[in-house]
Amino acid sequence: MAESLVLIEHDRQQVKRSSLHAITLAQQLGGEYELLVIGHVVNKISSSLVSLGATSVIVADDPALAEPLADRYATVIAEAVRKSGAKNILGTSSTFSKDILPRAAALLDAPMVTDVVAIEQMDGSISYRRPINAGSMFAKVKVEGERRVLTVRAAAFETPAANAAPCPIVRFDVDAESLPNGMRFISREERKSDRPDLTEARVVVSGGRPLKDKETFERLVGGLADALGGAIGATRAAVDAGMAPNDYQIGQTGKVVAPELYIALGISGAIQHLAGIKDSRIIVAINKDPDAPICQTATYFLVGDLYQIVPQLIESIRRA
Amino acid sequence: MKILVPFKSVPDPNDATFAGEAASASKSVINPFDEIAIEEALRIRERGEATEIVGVTIGAPSVDEQIRAALAMGVDRAIRIDDARALDPYAVARILRAVVEKEAPHVVIMGKQAVDDDSNQVGQILAGLLGWPQATFVSSIEFLDNKTRARCTRETDAGLEVVELDLPAIITTDLRLNEPRYVSLPGLIRARRKPIEVLTCDQVGVNVRPLTTVLAVARPPKRPAGTRVESVEELITKLKQEAKVI
Ligand SMILES: Cc1cc2nc3c(=O)[nH]c(=O)nc-3n(C[C@@H](O)[C@H](O)[C@H](O)COP(=O)(O)OP(=O)(O)OC[C@H]3O[C@@H](n4cnc5c(N)ncnc54)[C@H](O)[C@@H]3O)c2cc1C
Ligand SMILES: Cc1cc2nc3c(=O)[nH]c(=O)nc-3n(C[C@H](O)[C@H](O)[C@H](O)COP(=O)(O)OP(=O)(O)OC[C@H]3O[C@@H](n4cnc5c(N)ncnc54)[C@H](O)[C@@H]3O)c2cc1C
Repeated sequence: MAESLVLIEHDRQQVKRSSLHAITLAQQLGGEYELLVIGHVVNKISSSLVSLGATSVIVADDPALAEPLADRYATVIAEAVRKSGAKNILGTSSTFSKDILPRAAALLDAPMVTDVVAIEQMDGSISYRRPINAGSMFAKVKVEGERRVLTVRAAAFETPAANAAPCPIVRFDVDAESLPNGMRFISREERKSDRPDLTEARVVVSGGRPLKDKETFERLVGGLADALGGAIGATRAAVDAGMAPNDYQIGQTGKVVAPELYIALGISGAIQHLAGIKDSRIIVAINKDPDAPICQTATYFLVGDLYQIVPQLIESIRRA
Repeated sequence: MKILVPFKSVPDPNDATFAGEAASASKSVINPFDEIAIEEALRIRERGEATEIVGVTIGAPSVDEQIRAALAMGVDRAIRIDDARALDPYAVARILRAVVEKEAPHVVIMGKQAVDDDSNQVGQILAGLLGWPQATFVSSIEFLDNKTRARCTRETDAGLEVVELDLPAIITTDLRLNEPRYVSLPGLIRARRKPIEVLTCDQVGVNVRPLTTVLAVARPPKRPAGTRVESVEELITKLKQEAKVI
């Protein structure tokens, strides 16, 4: 019987790499673990998961599961957990897992801990560390009950090694007729980008309110990101003003990133924004105000007008 | 159509003490995401699609100030479930389920997360317990087919997604759904006459115990203070030679 079941996220083409980080927590918790893939026509996705050390890859494949509707996916997860007997139901924090896993927790009558960054084991009992108050504090919590649902912060757990002997892929039969039917997928706005995925990029360049409009944002933030082969992020202020799309928002209520290098252009450093960048290795701030809070958090800060500095920076990097 | 809006009282995120041990001592406000939920309910009523908006919060009498604020924004009446325990999302959702069963709303609109505990769970758990459809992280809501369905745009990691829900359903709000109105003086005066019903968990027929215990709360390690550089050249040199990131 597996101790843990890890929900794998994918975009119908491939596995979302960050969703593998939850496997590392399964390994830390100990015991066997299984991976769960839900979708339709996911053979390629499932076979890419066989050497991650799981006892099996469970695959729920059905046309009724082609889109990630929370009511259906939660039902499948709860059934798979009951069948496997897993005590820990894990996923990596993302809008996908945050939408679906609490609902699965409800069906399993289990408590849930969001955004785990570390565990502590003492005398057979486990506590979980998670950020609260926009990451300004950490809480150490413990939960009761036979089962628990946990999401992890990708930045806090490594990608697991993929060198285990291949495990079996096990089909999980779904009775499509009995699935909930109150939600319908209508459409998705797909944006193709040649830039790396924000949550997985080695370099992230972000822009704030003074970037003015979409074109300026793209020219300066996009230009610097391209010079460094990085991804683009934004503050809430920049997204609200229409300079950047919603999925660029970094922070307490957006994405959490932890790149090697994070460059903040015209960003004040509100705690809600810092919540999403604190674990970056090197933070660079370019701001005209030396007293902006971001300068306290940055590894290096340069005081001045970004409209003058950023083009010079792009120039110098391109030349080097 | 009747709308139920659960809301939580949280330390003011704009208060300097929010980021620290003293957060619980700072001034309280309605959770910003719940304020957005209240605003949306008001707009739905203003366009003639809702007849009643009921607010519900779980907490001690100290949350009455936030209840008055919700009523002053335009909520018709409020329920306070009198419970001073440190509840977890598990317990909060089970108490709210009892309120939903008592009030029988057509739609529940609530925040996607509370900005103090950041769990982002309650709405989804509530939907699961009730077996209702859900749309989370919503940035637009439209009712269709004589209000038997809702079409919602969701903000996801990949961009925007549109889903349709059969009602009754649970909708959780994201930041860009709307910008909440300010409380007006006449609103405050009207709020004084609006009813606040205080009930215990017993009275709504729920017996639940939180399963989460917070053992300790601590500050994360501070990042060392930043180094100021004077020029683009110096920055590039530091990034290359000291930090070795480019
Ligand atoms: C210092 C500290 C100590 C704590 N100690 C404990 C403890 O010992 N035990 C424990 O179980 N928990 C404890 N908590 C956490 C607890 O009080 C949380 O508020 C609770 O877990 C709900 O989580 P959330 O607000 O993050 O939910 P979320 O899922 O983020 O909330 C989403 C939405 O749910 C609704 N909602 C949430 N709470 C309420 C409410 N009270 N009334 C109406 N609607 C609501 C709102 O609409 C909100 O927008 C502690 C928290 C802190 C900061
Ligand atoms: C519930 C809630 C959730 C939130 N969630 C998030 C979130 O997830 N992510 C997020 O980012 N925010 C979030 N916020 C908003 C956050 O509080 C701040 O308002 C926001 O991050 C500010 O964005 P900004 O730094 O772009 O703008 P500002 O705070 O206006 O800062 C602009 C900065 O640019 C500098 N500047 C101006 N002109 C120039 C120039 N020419 N050259 C160089 N520097 C210049 C200024 O000195 C200033 O420091 C949230 C707020 C709330 C209430």
